Amino acid sequence: MEYLGYYNYWVFAILLMIGMYAVMSRPNLIKKLLGMAIFQSAVFLLYITMGKVEGGTAPILREGVADEIYSNPVPQVLILTAIVVGIATLALGLAIVVRIHEEYGTIEEDEIRRLDQQ
Amino acid sequence: MITLFGIFVLSLLVITGIGIVRATNLFAAVMLAGLFSLQMASMFFILNAADVALTEAAVGAGVATVLLLSGLALLDAEERRTGRSRRLAVTVAIATTLLMIYATFEKPRFGDPLAPANQHVAPWYLENTTELVDVPNVVTAILATFRGYDTLGELFVIFTAGVGVLFVLAVRPHNTRVARLPNADAQGLRHHLVPRVVGRLLVPFIVLFGLYVQFHADFGPGGGFQAGALVSAGFILYALLEGESAALEALSFRVLAGMIVAGALLFVGVGIAGVFLGGNFLDYAVLGSTPVAGQHIGILLVELGVGITVTGVLLTIFHAFSARVTGL
Repeated sequence: MEYLGYYNYWVFAILLMIGMYAVMSRPNLIKKLLGMAIFQSAVFLLYITMGKVEGGTAPILREGVADEIYSNPVPQVLILTAIVVGIATLALGLAIVVRIHEEYGTIEEDEIRRLDQQ
Repeated sequence: MITLFGIFVLSLLVITGIGIVRATNLFAAVMLAGLFSLQMASMFFILNAADVALTEAAVGAGVATVLLLSGLALLDAEERRTGRSRRLAVTVAIATTLLMIYATFEKPRFGDPLAPANQHVAPWYLENTTELVDVPNVVTAILATFRGYDTLGELFVIFTAGVGVLFVLAVRPHNTRVARLPNADAQGLRHHLVPRVVGRLLVPFIVLFGLYVQFHADFGPGGGFQAGALVSAGFILYALLEGESAALEALSFRVLAGMIVAGALLFVGVGIAGVFLGGNFLDYAVLGSTPVAGQHIGILLVELGVGITVTGVLLTIFHAFSARVTGL
């Protein structure tokens, strides 16, 4: 049972590497974008996990309750904005992929490289 | 019980993540990514991060999926299989995973209130928010007031990304190999009765909920970022149902571009107003009759600015991609 508390961190590590593996091994540019999104989500999970306090609730203060325990609000603020920034950058990446496809007719990295060398 | 549910969702996350990497059909991969976001949102909810869960559900599972699908409409849906060996990538990934798992044994116990992360500034915010800002939602208080500078920076990142998408997609393709779907769009889902009727019922409620989340941010989970994602999800649903042109009639490109700029200017304007009234940049205390009243006005305006810009950027990006598909 003692190691159960580390499960969140392990899933973080595994997800991070799943995302990294997609970026490293897949020549398809959309797959790379999705891999980056998974990588990003894993980091979000790590931050939110670290802010969790045992027996706490969401950091919305309740009047008249003196000894309520709240989870850490600081990582939540950081990740909240990071998610929206994440989609904006994902959209920018997708726009660039769409343009690459229009110019090269493919989104496979190795084919793009071959077309470049010709 | 909640621990077991958490472990279940975390395991599902890993399985879905592997599914995304393994799927050769990119449509399947994108749909799995939407599912992944939904599971991530439930995980955030279990971890007491209500605001973050709301954002992830609206942005990750909703808007991101639609954007990726409209991008995929312009690309090949099948990933080409290569015979290339991936042994090196697998080895690196597994070795790094094991190394990181080994490192987690040095981390503080899960949920430890005495962990360094929970001992630095967090208790100060929790203790002083009531006295200084007097809003129940500490996340909103930090986002809009204590760390207003950071939020302004994040808003400009989103602004820049939106402008970047417009610049990249503004170039007309000189290459006619790109398949165009001339009639698919203008119609929307007009000929599909069930989604159309149900969707029409949903759109006003989604937008209304977005506005509630926007203006109720001080008291419950919510704020400009979530509201922007929700309102744009409502309008995107409208565009999918009624077709692009109908949606652009309701909110034209010009209006959307205005919204992007107006929201950012509102945020900066509130900051500068503080300077003129004798405070610091983004110091809301001088805006009202009492410091706390000033904080309330400042938070409301700043969150409104964030909401307007996020709505504008997300809708502009969506329309930029769809215009590419239909050649409008």
